Amino acid sequence: MTDFSDALTTALTLVATMDRDLTEIVLLSLRVSLTAVAIAAIIGLPLGAALALLRFPGRKVVIVLMSALMGLPPVVVGLAVYLLLSRSGPFGTFGLLFNPGAMILAQVILVIPIIASLTQQVTEDLWHEYEEQLQSLGASTMESVWTLLWDGRYSLMTAHLAGFGRASAEVGAVMIVGGNIDHVTRVMTTSIALEVSKGDLPLALGLGLVLIFLSLCINMGVHSLQTVGRRWQR
Amino acid sequence: MKRPVWSAVAFAVIVAGLCGVADAGDRYITVASTTSTANSGLFKDILPRFTRKSGIEVRVVAVGTGQAIRLARNGDADVLFVHHRKSEEKFVSEGYGVKRFDVMYNDFIVIGPKNDPAKIKGVSDVVKGLSSIAAATAPFVSRGDDSGTHKKELALWREAGVDVKTASGTWYRETGSGMGATLNTAAAMGAYTLADRGTWLSFANKEGLAIAYEGDKRLLNLYGVILVNPKRHKHIKAEMGQTFIDWLVSDEGQKAIGDFRIGGKPLFNPNAPADTR
Repeated sequence: MTDFSDALTTALTLVATMDRDLTEIVLLSLRVSLTAVAIAAIIGLPLGAALALLRFPGRKVVIVLMSALMGLPPVVVGLAVYLLLSRSGPFGTFGLLFNPGAMILAQVILVIPIIASLTQQVTEDLWHEYEEQLQSLGASTMESVWTLLWDGRYSLMTAHLAGFGRASAEVGAVMIVGGNIDHVTRVMTTSIALEVSKGDLPLALGLGLVLIFLSLCINMGVHSLQTVGRRWQR
Repeated sequence: MKRPVWSAVAFAVIVAGLCGVADAGDRYITVASTTSTANSGLFKDILPRFTRKSGIEVRVVAVGTGQAIRLARNGDADVLFVHHRKSEEKFVSEGYGVKRFDVMYNDFIVIGPKNDPAKIKGVSDVVKGLSSIAAATAPFVSRGDDSGTHKKELALWREAGVDVKTASGTWYRETGSGMGATLNTAAAMGAYTLADRGTWLSFANKEGLAIAYEGDKRLLNLYGVILVNPKRHKHIKAEMGQTFIDWLVSDEGQKAIGDFRIGGKPLFNPNAPADTR
């Protein structure tokens, strides 16, 4: 059990002293994962809403496929992105590999299905409720989409939290396409993997605690935003 | 709702997100290397000296030797710094690399539980040691990841005449992971394993493990450095890559490698021939 108490001490020391390397790693983790969630939202929200509102052949298949993709293994996504961005791959000339941009791209692919699927569920429920009303107002599909997304914004925040959780916790994809390069592409999860392989288990666990703490802060922030927003609405 | 504006904003965010953070400067090279050089802390110790002198930043991607060679083959690294001479020479002769330089060496050691269940302490050579592990069916953990250490280990089993492939899953267990992860597994299972001295000396979780055998000539662990051939991949930063290699084999670089110690013990011995210095 000494490992756990050592880990707690390590985590507290790291946070209390604002360790410079740790700060850099935390900031990069946040930058990569938050950017990925933002981009995935821009693609996933309209995609999910479109799946909820539009009626086209094969719609059910796409919906099932999208929710199945929520379980995409990060390693596979990492490998696919590596093959695409490798100098020998189709997009090699851009030199994106082993840069934060590549890590963002991989995480965007992982997060889109989560945001799109959850958005589809939220907006579909709202659509059943408001369909007649919106149609009697003569709203176009586009206007309906915006109205429903806006109306469901507090529920959709949870979709983004789920996406952020996925992005910030995965190690398989960022390890392959980022390369875990010190001061360039090293993030929280790859640092933890590295410390495990160095045999420094207390430090690895300590970093894990810092990651959980970060995630807690972000979740608390979003939840209080939801509470305040809902209260203000009434 | 002004749709074109929104679409433009969305597009701008995506492009900025992917590219804005892509590249800080161009004065850097990418080195594909092994976990043993990176995890031991060698690079953290010597690279800042090179960067101070040359202004070139060195980005290290630390993977197994097999994967490092594949990265270099694809042109995803400028310099290859690994430890399996045969594969390195093949890499050069196939035209993927320019020239191989000797840089440093240390040795492999057999690690095992302190009570040494297969009684290999004091055997006359490493092959006999491995044979007794097999005979005792004492657990042995293999890297199983096509790394330099894994290739060395397989060559030794072949010499011992032990067919580890059929034993895999019984007393012979392949982790398919890095040296550190494999040592963690060995510590947890009370198993033997083959490790490089650098990783062992810097490894923090030695719980119950000790050096079971060391000292055979066959356990020599040679590191070589190669510039990836710019004729194969146009974007290779050949000039900066060669500057790095020249520094590694220079008196200054060699001294930096020799001076790197953990607990007073050197991890790598520099061995670049005098004429390259």
